Amino acid sequence: MTGEKVVDFKNVVVVYDKFPAIAGATFYVNAGEIILLQGPNGAGKTTLLRACAGLLSIARGSANVLGCDLQTDRSAVRSRVGLLGHSNGLFQDLTVLENMLFWSRLVGADKTDVNQAMDAMGLSGRLSATTVAKLSAGQRRRCALASLIVRRAQLWLLDEPHAGLDAQGRDELDATLRAARDSGATVIFASHEIERAQALATRSLLVSTGTVKST
Amino acid sequence: MKRTTSRSRVVSAVLFKDLRIEARSRVVTNQVLPFAGLIMIMFAFALDNDDVLQRVAGGLIWLATIFSLFVIVQRSFAIDTADSALDSLRVAGIDLSAVFLGKAIALTLQLIALDVVLIASAFLLYQVQVSAVGLVLLVTCVTCATTGLGFVGTLYGGLTAGANGRETLLPLLLLPVVAPVLIAATRATEAAFGSGGTATSEGWAWVGLLTIFAAVFGIGGSLAFGPLIDE
Repeated sequence: MTGEKVVDFKNVVVVYDKFPAIAGATFYVNAGEIILLQGPNGAGKTTLLRACAGLLSIARGSANVLGCDLQTDRSAVRSRVGLLGHSNGLFQDLTVLENMLFWSRLVGADKTDVNQAMDAMGLSGRLSATTVAKLSAGQRRRCALASLIVRRAQLWLLDEPHAGLDAQGRDELDATLRAARDSGATVIFASHEIERAQALATRSLLVSTGTVKST
Repeated sequence: MKRTTSRSRVVSAVLFKDLRIEARSRVVTNQVLPFAGLIMIMFAFALDNDDVLQRVAGGLIWLATIFSLFVIVQRSFAIDTADSALDSLRVAGIDLSAVFLGKAIALTLQLIALDVVLIASAFLLYQVQVSAVGLVLLVTCVTCATTGLGFVGTLYGGLTAGANGRETLLPLLLLPVVAPVLIAATRATEAAFGSGGTATSEGWAWVGLLTIFAAVFGIGGSLAFGPLIDE
């Protein structure tokens, strides 16, 4: 699949709260790339990621993600992307294992997938029986990433994935994203940690006042 | 690789998730049940007349149920919105009507448990009595009414989940909608108790209304929940 356009936006406008948060974005992402979205706060990075996930309607332009036209069928793309925003999307009163099993049941994954994901994110053993509410911020982030692995998302959309992680957690995250890329996934992530993010990314895009430029 | 999952699997996953979280957090057991029990006791103090209490017991049970419904619905959606898990469910591309059914069944089961306690407290505090035939009517009434409340509570809980001021918005929107349940369930329960000389047979027509309400909001909720959550 490497080389195919996984994301293809042409003059895309996304209106959020009556405000054009994305104002004519044109860019593409090829399969197997790790793309860094750079830009100041409020530039539209989060909106762009949510639009790619099919969560926001496209007001104008042509938007194609994983072969699905977001103008006509946003829901079709959702089962194939994994979005990790500022929140982790976890249930606080469930243990790590229970969270993973819940997502595995929803997407038809089996126990082996769950074990592999938890091993990959260092969540096996004692941590697996700990409720999410008792985890550190970094551990919760790893748990959220494990749920993306369980779902075998083809396109990973990550908003500030390094936030809240310690040095070891950041290294593990980078390794996980490279492993995801090696296994055929494409990654788009927004980050303010430019040095680390640029070392991880294969290409960068600059998001500024709702437009997107290659850097 | 595209994987598929059945609708029933999503329903059961959501149902057991909600029940497991309740079993662990014990919000219904430790907060809602005492709250509902207190309502029953406060009514007993306020009315302070056995004859009046026996006559209005049905209405008091269902008022306490509906007040408690607001708390349980808000709790049910708070666990999904606390860490944006509801957003994750949307992105996962799963059938949101299955999520609706799973949450509605979990809510209904919690309401049934609550009503068992409320009816037991009515026997204890208000000295109401029920015949064998009345008991059949009462059980059917509780089943139909709580199912309807489960469906409508889940639908409106989803509608207000992302709204500002949802704590006050939910009762404001939900109270007028559940008024038919309050009226029908009260009349059916009064018939079951034989309050004011009402015949048990008079209660079945009200149970019919409760069944229609549950069916309308079950079907309507299954169709509307996904688009409502999505927007």
